[in-house]
Amino acid sequence: MFDMTPATGASRQRAAAAARLRVEHKKKGLAQGHAAVTITDGVKWADLLARVADRQDTEAFAALFEHFAPRVKAFLLKSGANSATAEECAQDVMVTVWNKAAQFDPTRASVATWVFTIARNRRIDMLRRDRRPEPEDLSWGPEAEPDQLDALVLQQESARLITAIAELPEKQRVMIERAYFGDLTHNEIAEETGLPLGTIKSRIRLALERLRHSLS
Amino acid sequence: MITHHLNDQLLMAYSAGTLPEAFNLVVATHISLCDECRARLASFDAVGGALIEEQTAPVQMGVGALAATLARIKDAVPSARAQPTPALSTRDRVLPVPLRAYVGGGVDRINWRPVGGGVKQAILPTSEHASARLLYIPAGAAVPDHGHRGLELTLVLQGAFADSQDRFARGDIEIADEDLHHQPVAEPGADCICLAATDAPLKFRSLLPRLAQPFLQI
Repeated sequence: MFDMTPATGASRQRAAAAARLRVEHKKKGLAQGHAAVTITDGVKWADLLARVADRQDTEAFAALFEHFAPRVKAFLLKSGANSATAEECAQDVMVTVWNKAAQFDPTRASVATWVFTIARNRRIDMLRRDRRPEPEDLSWGPEAEPDQLDALVLQQESARLITAIAELPEKQRVMIERAYFGDLTHNEIAEETGLPLGTIKSRIRLALERLRHSLS
Repeated sequence: MITHHLNDQLLMAYSAGTLPEAFNLVVATHISLCDECRARLASFDAVGGALIEEQTAPVQMGVGALAATLARIKDAVPSARAQPTPALSTRDRVLPVPLRAYVGGGVDRINWRPVGGGVKQAILPTSEHASARLLYIPAGAAVPDHGHRGLELTLVLQGAFADSQDRFARGDIEIADEDLHHQPVAEPGADCICLAATDAPLKFRSLLPRLAQPFLQI
């Protein structure tokens, strides 16, 4: 089903085109009311974001906005912003989503994860928290299109992680939420987080190896 | 081959954006050298993504928020649209990109100050919640004997050092807390350059370095 040979730029682009086509087919299936829809939300958001990046598609952006802006606003409110600031900063986050759409790498993050990193950075500015330097960039650029199988599996693993977090014991889940909403210092975070991150980490590691290979 | 990595506490706090600047700098520099921790960080970011996705109560945006946002996008000058930064554009054999920003260039731009015994240091400008400095330890020389009151992170950028427990080479990070008293020694060969950060002043066990401490700012 997928081209598993070490991909050249051209073959990656072909694979990307093929994957987009499959997404289109599945959407048509959805429109015709077929049951057992296999397309995950993660793939849907990644596809919409690709449309924003490729052709500044405002309709795709509107769908992303409708889903993510209220979530970002809630996140900022929980982090201590007042309503007006949260509203304004959520808009800022969505402007950044538009501007940086081409930098999204679906083999390393779900759209929700990528939006989280933008919202986190906006929150640091908003609350005038300590500066947070970013690691050296490893962007894939036009020469190294993301591997579509890596991308699909990563979206799947991201969906599984949501379920896994929902199933954690209450006390542990609350600790994690407090850490991410900025209520805990690093000393207060549990040494063992108990999060099942092994699989998703391995997938991202694999994607990084492919990326290093294509850059070298 | 990096054998000493970041722990989950530091990765989660870096992902959440709640570390002091000096620790953020060490984490970002280590991840620049270590794909294993880069992948681990991405998995902690995925936890943040899951929390964004699964909020029980998203809060509706104001009336006309989408139109206002689209207007802001449309009004922005075209050049303001972010271009993907060229990967690894300017390289330095010792300092990864996040550190270059603090030094103002590569390893030749570090503003070293001697602190005795051939050891040199350069304090980096960070917030007062923790301090960061580059250390230069001549091959074979010892770092002054010290214990720790808070948390201390030491990342090797060049050469290697060893204490009674372990060996640390380029990319390796030592995470030390109150329980660790050690006297690391730089290995023979290349002089050792490290990035060190702490959220409390180091406590020296002999009198002289203790007197010098206010002047060394460590």
